[in-house]
Amino acid sequence: MAEFSVEYVQALGEDGAVDEDEAPELDDESLRETYRLMKLSRRADERAVALQRRGELGTYAPGIGQEAAQVGSALALGESEWMVPSFRESAAYLARGTPVHRLLWYALGMEEGAEVAGSNFPPSIPVGSQSLHAAGLGWAQEMAESDEATICYFGDGATSEGDVYEAMNVAGVLDAHTVFFCQNNQYAISTPRRIQTRTETLAQKAVSAGIEGIQVDGNDVLGVRAVTQDALAKAREGDPVLIEALTYRRSMHTTSDDPTVYRTEDEEEEWGTRDPIERFERHLLETDVLDGESIAAIEGEIEETLADEIDLAKAGREEVDPAEMFDYVFAEMPPELRRQKEEWKSENERGGKEEGFERDE
Amino acid sequence: MTNELRLVEAIRQTLDEEMARDESMVVYGEDVGVNGGVFRATQALRDEYPDRVYDTPVAEAAIIGLGVGLGAYGMTPVAEIQFASFAYQGFHQIQQHAARMRSRTRGTLNVPMTVRMPYGGGIRALELHSESFEAGYAHIPGLKVVIPSNPADAKGLLASAIRDPDPVMFLEPTRLYRAMRESVPEGDHTVPLSEAAVVREGEDATAVAWGGMVPETLSAVEASDASVEVVDLRTASPMDSATIVESVRKTGRCVVVHEAPRTGGLAAEVVARINDDALYHLEAPVERVTGYDVPFPLFAREDAYRPDSERIRRGIERVLSA
Ligand SMILES: Cc1ncc(C[n+]2csc(CCOP(=O)(O)OP(=O)(O)O)c2C)c(N)n1
Repeated sequence: MAEFSVEYVQALGEDGAVDEDEAPELDDESLRETYRLMKLSRRADERAVALQRRGELGTYAPGIGQEAAQVGSALALGESEWMVPSFRESAAYLARGTPVHRLLWYALGMEEGAEVAGSNFPPSIPVGSQSLHAAGLGWAQEMAESDEATICYFGDGATSEGDVYEAMNVAGVLDAHTVFFCQNNQYAISTPRRIQTRTETLAQKAVSAGIEGIQVDGNDVLGVRAVTQDALAKAREGDPVLIEALTYRRSMHTTSDDPTVYRTEDEEEEWGTRDPIERFERHLLETDVLDGESIAAIEGEIEETLADEIDLAKAGREEVDPAEMFDYVFAEMPPELRRQKEEWKSENERGGKEEGFERDE
Repeated sequence: MTNELRLVEAIRQTLDEEMARDESMVVYGEDVGVNGGVFRATQALRDEYPDRVYDTPVAEAAIIGLGVGLGAYGMTPVAEIQFASFAYQGFHQIQQHAARMRSRTRGTLNVPMTVRMPYGGGIRALELHSESFEAGYAHIPGLKVVIPSNPADAKGLLASAIRDPDPVMFLEPTRLYRAMRESVPEGDHTVPLSEAAVVREGEDATAVAWGGMVPETLSAVEASDASVEVVDLRTASPMDSATIVESVRKTGRCVVVHEAPRTGGLAAEVVARINDDALYHLEAPVERVTGYDVPFPLFAREDAYRPDSERIRRGIERVLSA
């Protein structure tokens, strides 16, 4: 009978102590960039939620509290390797160089925000479904004898979907170059992790798919980086890995959600003390990678960037041409669709209020 | 006795009353328990029936498939799919099992499951939260497809769906969940399935609509001088053609309105039934006012996609002037 155990990795402890065996080798510049991206993501999320509250943005899913998990893992990926996100991966997108205004476009209800730039898939709303695309990309990488890999993000809730199990299983069988990165943020909307599955860890779901599973402290950006680097190295050789990053969604599920209905303030405060940005900042201050001045400079630059990006996003929203909804359905527009587009244009260009309402008998 | 309720409140009240009436009824789905549903359709239901309201894992194939087993065991499963588009994750259970169990077992096993799900556009929702797939379900033999357009019908139709011995897809228009407060009969109130309603009488033309398109159609008609009869289909399948045919025989003109894409939409079936039984009464070709043959756009473009009263008015105008 197979036996298994699940390894748990932490490089940067809550007390700020670094386990040198686990920590990745990163120069000061990389550490500062990691920090900047985490802060940028936090502030972008906060600004987005505020915009939504003022009615200037649609439903938005903030990743507040999950910055270490996303930035740490996304930075481990090579630029031309593939990132396949779920719907809460602003931080991962930012780490992959996606500008904030593109994320806002998606939240403004614009397909422009889902246009692919770089090796990043568009957001995926149906929970867990994107994991199969990542398995497909990883299989293609194997068939092409590529030395690259693919990372796929999903949540704890997603592990209950059949798609996620199928993805891990086929990835194993096909030697797909895929890393499945599960952010266990403890909740699927209101549903706590404990009633999602009876298994003790989510990482052990890898066992049933015959691939390796590992847990990492998802609020420890150094540990996440190291574990993801290792996993990607294996995946590039055709051995897929499931990583379970233990973290916490500090904010609402989306702007439509009210977490006070299903969890306590005590619990939120307890996780608040493990905030990934604060922990990393303390470490960087203690090791003199940052000081008060450089932090202020980073923060100032972030606020400027966000102001510009929000302006860009709003300007783009003004430019939306609804008639474009017809343009990308097929490579070549079929005649009936062309007719529908023409009809739409003629009705909307005339301003609508043309003829009267009499019967013509 | 009546009381004034919003559509979502009527749903909640009906679930409550049906659970009291039928001790074998179970309500389950994602976030329906502690959270009371993302639209609050099951709010506080778990407090009243702690052993019969369940939060499930995020697993739609399970949510539908479990209902087949629960039903076989003699329970009355009432499942919630959080948004209609996520029923695709359980589509095989609907198409391959729930809908055909009665036929393939020659009536020895049935699936008395109701699957409730919010559907339709107009609320600036996220991607894949606005689709209308009633035609797809109506294309599956053995499945009933019910779509209320107002609080009183929501109550009466949901009660009938829950009591029905066959599987019912119950599509709730999100746009109307909180759009109006209307009087809803208190106590036992059912509306028979497969009966359309003439919600406004008229002589010059017939407009057929359902769900979220009914208020849009009524406002188009109310703005007009012509006398237009409005038929609220209420059950998409099995469809009540008699009410439609009777109206069209009287008016000779018809517009069918739906939010779903045009090609293969349910309007095509309505037109075919009119052809079958009222063709020689027609004075004009039947018009369709529908969504376009494009994936439901994100919300910056959704107003351009979704038929509104102005587009419906133009459709009515075209049949009147033909
Ligand atoms: C297939 C599917 N079912 C249901 C939903 C509705 N829904 C959106 S997010 C969510 C919870 C997802 O939880 P998890 O996978 O843990 O990710 P998190 O939201 O915590 O990031 C649900 C049920 C959906 N989007 N897709």
